[in-house]
Parts: sequence; structure tokens; C-alpha cells
Amino acid sequence: MRSNPSHYELTTPATLEAVLDILASDLGPYTPIAGGTELMVALGAGRLATRKLVSINHLQELRFIATTPETLTLGSGTTFTDLRKDPVIATDFSLLSQAASWTGSIANQNRGTLGGNIVNASPAADSLPALLAYEAELTLVSARATRTIPYAGFHLGYKKTILRPDELLHSITLKRDFREYAHYARKVGTRNAQAISKVAIAALARLKDGLIQDIRIGAASLRDRPIRLTATERVLQNQPITRETIAAARAALTSETQPIDDIRSTAKYRAAVAANLLEEFLHQLKP
Amino acid sequence: MPDLLQTVGFSPIRKEGAAKVLGQAKYVDDLSFPGMWFGATVRSSIARGRIVSITFDPAIPWDEFVIVTAADIPGQNTIVHLTHDHRCLASDRVNHPDEPILLLAHPDRAVLPAAVAGVHITYKELPGVFTIEESEAPNAPAIWSPAPADHQHSTQKNTFKTYLMESGDTSNLDHIFATADYIVEGEYRTGAQEQLYIENNGVIAEYSATDGVTVHGSLQCPYYLVHALELVFNLPEEKCRVIQTETGGAFGGKEDFPSVIGSHAALLAMKSGHPVKICYDRAEDMAGTTKRHPSRSRHRTAVSKDGKILAGEIDFALDGGAYATLTPVVLSRGTIHAPGPYHWPALRVRAKAMATNLPPHGAFRGFGAPQSIFATERHMNKIAKVVGLSPEELRRRNLLGIGDHTATGQLITDTVNMQHLLTRALDESSYHAKRAEFARTNPSSPIKRGMGFATFFHGAGFTGSGERRLNSLVHIELTPEGRPQILVSATEFGQGTNTILCQVAAETLHLPYEDVLIAQPDTSHVPNSGPTVASRTAMIVGKLVERASQSLRNTLSPYLPSTSETSTTPYTPAEFRSAALAYLAEHGTLVASARYEAPGDILWDDESYRGAAYPAYAWAVYVAEVAVDTTTYSATCTDFYALQEVGKVLHPVLAKGQIEGGVAQGIGYALYEKCVWQKGHMANNQMTNYIMPTSADLPPIRVAFEEIPSVHGPFGAKGIGELPMDGPAPAILNAIEDATGIAFTEIPLLPEDIFERMTSTPESGSEDLEPTNAGPYFSETTA
Ligand SMILES: Cc1cc2nc3c(=O)[nH]c(=O)nc-3n(C[C@H](O)[C@H](O)[C@H](O)COP(=O)(O)OP(=O)(O)OC[C@H]3O[C@@H](n4cnc5c(N)ncnc54)[C@H](O)[C@@H]3O)c2cc1C
Repeated sequence: MRSNPSHYELTTPATLEAVLDILASDLGPYTPIAGGTELMVALGAGRLATRKLVSINHLQELRFIATTPETLTLGSGTTFTDLRKDPVIATDFSLLSQAASWTGSIANQNRGTLGGNIVNASPAADSLPALLAYEAELTLVSARATRTIPYAGFHLGYKKTILRPDELLHSITLKRDFREYAHYARKVGTRNAQAISKVAIAALARLKDGLIQDIRIGAASLRDRPIRLTATERVLQNQPITRETIAAARAALTSETQPIDDIRSTAKYRAAVAANLLEEFLHQLKP
Repeated sequence: MPDLLQTVGFSPIRKEGAAKVLGQAKYVDDLSFPGMWFGATVRSSIARGRIVSITFDPAIPWDEFVIVTAADIPGQNTIVHLTHDHRCLASDRVNHPDEPILLLAHPDRAVLPAAVAGVHITYKELPGVFTIEESEAPNAPAIWSPAPADHQHSTQKNTFKTYLMESGDTSNLDHIFATADYIVEGEYRTGAQEQLYIENNGVIAEYSATDGVTVHGSLQCPYYLVHALELVFNLPEEKCRVIQTETGGAFGGKEDFPSVIGSHAALLAMKSGHPVKICYDRAEDMAGTTKRHPSRSRHRTAVSKDGKILAGEIDFALDGGAYATLTPVVLSRGTIHAPGPYHWPALRVRAKAMATNLPPHGAFRGFGAPQSIFATERHMNKIAKVVGLSPEELRRRNLLGIGDHTATGQLITDTVNMQHLLTRALDESSYHAKRAEFARTNPSSPIKRGMGFATFFHGAGFTGSGERRLNSLVHIELTPEGRPQILVSATEFGQGTNTILCQVAAETLHLPYEDVLIAQPDTSHVPNSGPTVASRTAMIVGKLVERASQSLRNTLSPYLPSTSETSTTPYTPAEFRSAALAYLAEHGTLVASARYEAPGDILWDDESYRGAAYPAYAWAVYVAEVAVDTTTYSATCTDFYALQEVGKVLHPVLAKGQIEGGVAQGIGYALYEKCVWQKGHMANNQMTNYIMPTSADLPPIRVAFEEIPSVHGPFGAKGIGELPMDGPAPAILNAIEDATGIAFTEIPLLPEDIFERMTSTPESGSEDLEPTNAGPYFSETTA
């Protein structure tokens, strides 16, 4: 433990409303703590700059899974274990249940939340490419207002988001539109479990008459934030899966990604493997 | 007749197992002493330079702290290993990043990290060297020079130790090479590896002016720390007491390093007047403590058309880090194991250990052998390819057999049959059938599978004359209740020492395993039975326990019922106990002892580096199956088969556990674990980024034993602990070559390395040469 716990303050208001009031007050700034699987690591390493924490871990208002025939709404406090256990997610949103299964260890999945994964905004986070592919919407709440935004616009840069200091991520809504789609998810991590991804892809596609009618590709660890590979998608739209298409798609992927060299891998490797994963998906799509 | 006592050859539960499983076992960080303070270490932030100034952040209330510098050391500022170069605390200059400079103690543990950060040290930085090549370069800065007292080890700049080991007709080497059908050259490299015991290094020290120093800690070798303390505190041995606490793994990482952290805590205890605990966190432990030595091996081998090795030259080099620590001994084991279990008509091995400005490398399971065996077992496959033989056939034509001599001139008297082990291993692992299958399936699959194996041996016990010098002593005493209790400095750190030694005593004393006790290693109570290292505990200490048990039984025999020689149960446990109590009533105490006696035929000459290097060897054939995914360039070990001959297996469950764990560690060594050094500092000093394989990365590990009792160990046991570290890496890289056709020569082999090689121009790889057309001269540089 490289922090001095006595320098930190943790409050646990009983309700969501009380949490939002604290966040809106001038006592702060407060940092919400959900599962704590990011924040406690930072605390242990002596890197947790913020000294005031407000717990949202116990708020049942944020831990729910609500389904209608058209939508699925996940409370931000939904844990990875909750995601893995849900039958609708397993059938309609398998990219998400797969991503949840990749995340850390079982203990981690019991505690870590989808909301924490989103707000922490790591470019390598496992569940975010799937949310991009599914075109998720986020609902943000504060004492003043509630707003709903497309998830695609949430990330502004490396670990920068549009979330205001007085706001909480309330929930994530997905449209149940993807039953007809082929799903592809693959994480290339440093090892098969307890790993940070070097590259990950979550993709959906639908073919008609041998042509790609719709394709959505989310990716991790290829830029400073989780991204949707829109240029690649455009190149593939309405194309048959041929050598030429694959080559064009690989080139487009390379043009819109900016992987880096770091302690875990190299930019060259990430770029090549990302293109290989895309190619693997396209081969699987072939009728 | 079944063994009702269920001792040797059975698998009774671990002596300390229940306490560990129930969470009752107390590790050092679970202990708290009245008035105890906590210690922390201020470390260097650069690799090499002179300390210019040390200032203290005025925001911190320093009067609450105790601060120890080199000036507080009452004895020598030296951590004694084999040489005296390693300072306890740096005073004027630093030689590696994370080198201890100052020690702080405070009653509140939580304030220490900020205090450590509040000590500001400035340096005049000097150029550092970070690789073997940089260190051996003629114009390299002299970062290390041998002290006159250490000239027995080396007299050269930046060189800790050199060996020259010659065997056979070396005067004729040039001629043999000039006339050989083939000359095969290769260079092979291995990386540093972190031991990654679950429990980090930790100790609690106490000091009293009358009793001296006492250190409680997580450690392997209590008497090593005693000797380190004697020097640092200038105290006699009886005033330096070391007590081993429950130890959560070690793998060599708690062999030499506890001398450092133990001395540090004791200095703080002396100056503060309080017991002081120092427990590193993972990041400090990984950055500041020892790793396995990185290595470079260069092989040059003369071979005949029919695949017989005619002569060899091996250059073996280790990166020792900034101080010598145990490097000369690691180099020695690496040197002796470099020839492998093969017959070399003429061989010259030149070995050297170089200094670099990395934290000192130290002991780690295998101790130099995994490094040199990796090179040799990869090189054997290269020779096979050049000559046009299968890896199996090449080995069959060169393996040692009974009556042959090892490269040090030791006559093989073990009745081991490596040819048979090879046949059995390839058969039980379905090596040939799988190769045939993969040859069919690989061309159309993005996943390329392959099979590879390694044949090797590992010496048990200290090298050469080491056991004579150790002169180990073991006691068995009777407790007041009449139970035998083993007194040894051999330590339990998960591998099963307590259990197997109690089994040996129980078997010898004809008692149930449960009746035998083993004392906590406390140097005020247990004799020096040597360090717990070098695959020596079962064989050497076990034998002494057997002899001490016999002596105990002899002493008690007048009190025991007399039975016929042939009876298998000469007395009951109750009869033993009454005999013991009767003896104690008469004499007060009973302590039976046994001291090491070198077998007459185990002779070693340190000068010529010839003779019997080890009393006995364990022999093994390991077979790996791999899958290389051409989408992700990652290699996975998908099946592993480990066959070994280790003499009598004392405890089948523990023995299998040793092999499985060692193989897992070997797989990590080969494919995952990479120390990322940035100017000598380990940059990935956390488990997130130092990639140790998890259970999800490991294959089924199938373990098989052949048991040929050895005369040297109790009930025929030999050593087993280090052996499984040797085979996996070369077997896996041999399998990867089988799968991909690419002859990788360096570990760790990460997906990024495979990627670079698979996507570089195909002409660059020597593997693309048709072996039969390769011509007589075949080398990495000319091919
Ligand atoms: C051992 C280990 C392994 C891991 N493995 C993986 C892995 O494989 N893949 C992966 O993607 N991640 C992994 N993680 C990271 C982590 O588990 C996830 O990012 C997790 O989703 C974080 O959720 P949490 O609830 O624990 O976040 P917390 O630590 O509680 O919070 C994280 C951040 O989000 C903010 N926050 C949380 N909830 C809200 C909210 N509702 N509104 C506003 N802000 C909020 C917090 O203020 C904080 O800034 C691992 C972590 C550990 C310790």
C-alpha cells in the first residue's frame, strides 16, 4: 500500500439522489467509486490523486438489467458477472457477454462494473468495443438534469470523456436489433486470463446476396480511446468478400488506427494483428 | 506386505498443510511484536554514478523517523556471499537502479511511502553498461573490478568469474574441426526471469545489546543470513540468530537476498531500539531483488557425416548484474551442465560472468543449468538438421550410457538408460503419431502445430567439493513426550521439506509419519544442515536424517523389545514411546546426530575442473506440443509430457507437484516472462505487465517417473527440485521449429518476436536452407 489511507475520505450516502447532491455540492470534488477495481489499484500504487470518494457500489438504483422487446438497458452498476449470467445478453448481445468473460478474474467480474469500465475510459478496456458495435446510448444523470447521448460521442481523448464532475453514468441502452447479425469478438491479450488487451475487436455484420449489407467494427488498443472503425466499415459496405475487398479493408484499418509501442507490445504488431482479426472475421462471414 | 505406516513412497498430507489451508499459518507480515516499527528503503534512481547530495523534504517531520545510512553500520558495509563487493548500503556511489542507500523506520507504516519520496538524492551520473556485449567490449567503462582478496575468482575488469572446462583430446581440437564433415555453429540467448514467489521478501528484526541480533523472516537459508549479520554487526555467530517463519515460495529468490533485507531491518532495529518489520510490496520486490541470470551461449561443434559429435567449443556467458552475489556458483552449474547428457570426445567450455549495471542477479531454480541446457538442446536440433537426421536419431547416436564418462570425466555409474527413457517418452507422448498428424493438418490450418523434446540431466547436491565444504549436520532429539523431532536448517517453502524429512525419519524409526515432528528452523536450536538449495535436501539432508534416525534407534535399542532381524515391525509406536520415556527418565535428554561424510568415490578438482561434479544426476526427457497461431503470432504449449528418473520417489504427490510447477515455470520462461529493462530498471515490475502464465495458459502436464534407487540418498532418493526447470524451454522451441520451420534461438519468445520473424523476408532465416545442401560449414552468420 503506497498511499496513506488516513488521507482519504469515503462517504456512502444511502440513495442515488443523495450521491448526486454531494457531487453537485461545493464540498468536492468527489470521485464516485463503484466496484473499485480501478480506483483501489491506483490507491495501492500511490497514484490516486483525488482524496474524496463517494461510494455508489451499494446503490441498487444503478444495478439492474431491464429488457423490453426492443431494448436492453443496463444499470451502470451491472457487474461483469451480472452480464455473463443474463440470458438476453447471451442471445442478443453475445459480444458483450464474451467481453465480460475476458475481464480479469472471477473475483474481478464479481466486483467490477460496466459503468466503471466506461468511465475509466481505458483504450484497452474489454467491453467498450462491443458497446460501440451495438451503438449503445448512455444516460447521464446529475442533480440538475438527465441527458441521453450516443456512446460513440462519449470519449474525447485519452481517458477524457464528456462526463461532467457532477454527473454519474446512470445506464446503458442497447437496441435489440442484432439477432440476424454474425458476431465476432476476439481479444489478443498478453495471456489468456488476467490480461490487458494488445488488440481486441468486436464486430457485427449482415450479408445479403453475398454482399456485406451492414458491418460495425469496434476496436480496443488501436488509438487513444476505444474506436469504431468507420473508414473500414465504409470500404466494406456493399462489397462481396474477395481478396481485393479484404486487402482494401486491411488498408483502411491501417489508415484509421494509430497503435503505439508500449510495455506490452509494439505498434507494428498491433496493426498487423488487428488486420488479421478483421480478415479472420471476413473469412468467417463468407457464405 | 502393505506398508501400514504409509511413509516413504506414500503421500501423507503435508506437515504444515492443514495450518496453511485453514489460514492459521503465520507468514512474517502476519506477525506483530510489541512496540514494533516499520522500515522502508530509499533506493537509487539511476544505474551508475556518484552520490552528490542527500536532502530531506522539510514538509516531513523527520524527528519522528529513524534514519540509517552506511555510517551506522557497526561492522563491514558488506553483504557477504562469495566475495565482498556487495555493499549493504551505498554510500558514495551507486552501481544499479533501485540500490539501497538509506533506511527509514517509523511506528506508522502508512507514512513511509511519502517519506521515501521525500528524500532527494542528486547524482553525478556515469555511463552504465546493460548487456553482456557492452560489458565485455574492450572499451567498456570499468564498472566493476575485483578486489585483491577476490582474485581467485577473477582478475579482469567487469568479470566476476571465468572457468575453463576441458575434456578429452582438446590439444587436437583444431585438427578435429579442420577435418570434420560438418561444423555447426549457433548462438542462443535466455532472458532474466523473476522468481515470483507468492509472498514477497519480508523480515522482522530485533536487537538487544546483550543478546545481539535476531531476524525472523521468509527465507531459505537461515545460516547464510547468520553469516551476513556477523559481518555487518561485527558480532560472533552466537549473537546472530535467525528464525525462519512460514515461507510462501522462494525458488532461489530467498537464498541470497534475505541477507540484504535482514541486515537492513536489523540496522533499523539497533538504531531505533524497536523491533522493525520490512516487507516489500510486489513492485519493490520485483524491481529491487534478484532475477535469473540472462545468458548467451555460443556453440561450435564438429560432427561426422553419420551424426557423431567429434568435438565442441562452447562459450557460455552470464550477465551477473552489479555485484557478484552467487554468480560464480551459478556460472559453475551452467558450465557443468552445458555439455548435456552427451558424449564429447573433445570439448572446451569457456565460461564467464560479466558485470552490468542491473540489480544483481541471483539464485533461481536451476541455477545456470536452464540457461546452458536451453542452448545445448536447441543446438542438438540444429546439428540434426544439418546432418540430415531426426532430432531423435542425432541424440541416440550421442547420448551417454552406463560406463561412459561425463564431460568432467565422471564415470556414469547410475544404471540409467537414456535410450530407454527416450523411447518411452516419445511413445507415451505420441510424439511420432502427432508429428505425422500435424504434417497432414498444418498446411491447410492457420494454426501450426508441432512437437519437440529435450533430453537432459541435472546434478543433485552442491557442485564439486561443495558438500564437503558445507559439512552439514543434522540432529534428532526426543521431546519430553518421547517423540522424535528433527532439527535441521533445511526450510519448508512450499516444496515439501518438512514432509519428506519426516517420512524418512518415520520409515527409519518404524513409526507412523504423524509421530515424527520437525522443529521450526531457529539457528539458536537447529544445527547447520546447509542451505535449502541445489536439489540437495531430499538426497543430502534426507540421508543425514536417515542416519541420525538409525543412530537414535541404536541408542534406544536397549530399551526396545528385542525382535528377530527379519521382522518388518520390530516394535509398536507405543513400545517406541515407552522406550523413549525410559531413556529420558534415565538420561534427561537424547539428541542423535549425523554429519555429512563424502562418499569415497566422489572426488572433484576445482583447479582442473574435473572429477565427479555431483554425487548423482536426475535424468529426463520432456516432450512439448505447441500451437502457433498465424493470426496472432502467439505460440501456446498445448500438451506437455515429462518423464524423469529421480531415484526413489519419496512422496509421489509432492514429487508430481514439483514437476508440474517447474514445467509451468519453464513454460513461462520460454513464452511469457520478459523483464523489460530501461537503463537497468525493471520497467514492468508488476504482475499486470510481467506476464506469468495463468492456469488458462497452461497445458495438461503429464508426469511420469522411473525409479532406480541411488545409493546416495535416503531409500534411494535423488534430487528433483530444479530438474523440471531445465527441459521445457528447449522442448518448446524445438516444437515451434517443428511447427513453423523457424529456428528461434532466444527466450522469452513472445508473439511480437514471432511476428517479426514470420513477416520478415523469408530468405533471412537459416531454416530455409535445405539441410542436405547446406554444405559442411553451417553457421548463423554465414547462412
Ligand atoms: C486484477 C484486475 C484485472 C482486470 N482485468 C480487466 C480486463 O481484463 N479487462 C478490462 O476491461 N478491465 C480490467 N480491469 C479493470 C477494471 O476491473 C474494469 O475497468 C472495471 O470495469 C472497473 O469497474 P469498477 O466498478 O470496479 O470501477 P471503479 O474503480 O469503481 O471506478 C473506475 C472509474 O469509473 C468511475 N465510475 C465508476 N462508476 C461510475 C458511474 N456510474 N458514474 C460515473 N463515474 C463512475 C470512477 O469514478 C472511476 O474513475 C481489471 C482490474 C483488475 C484489478
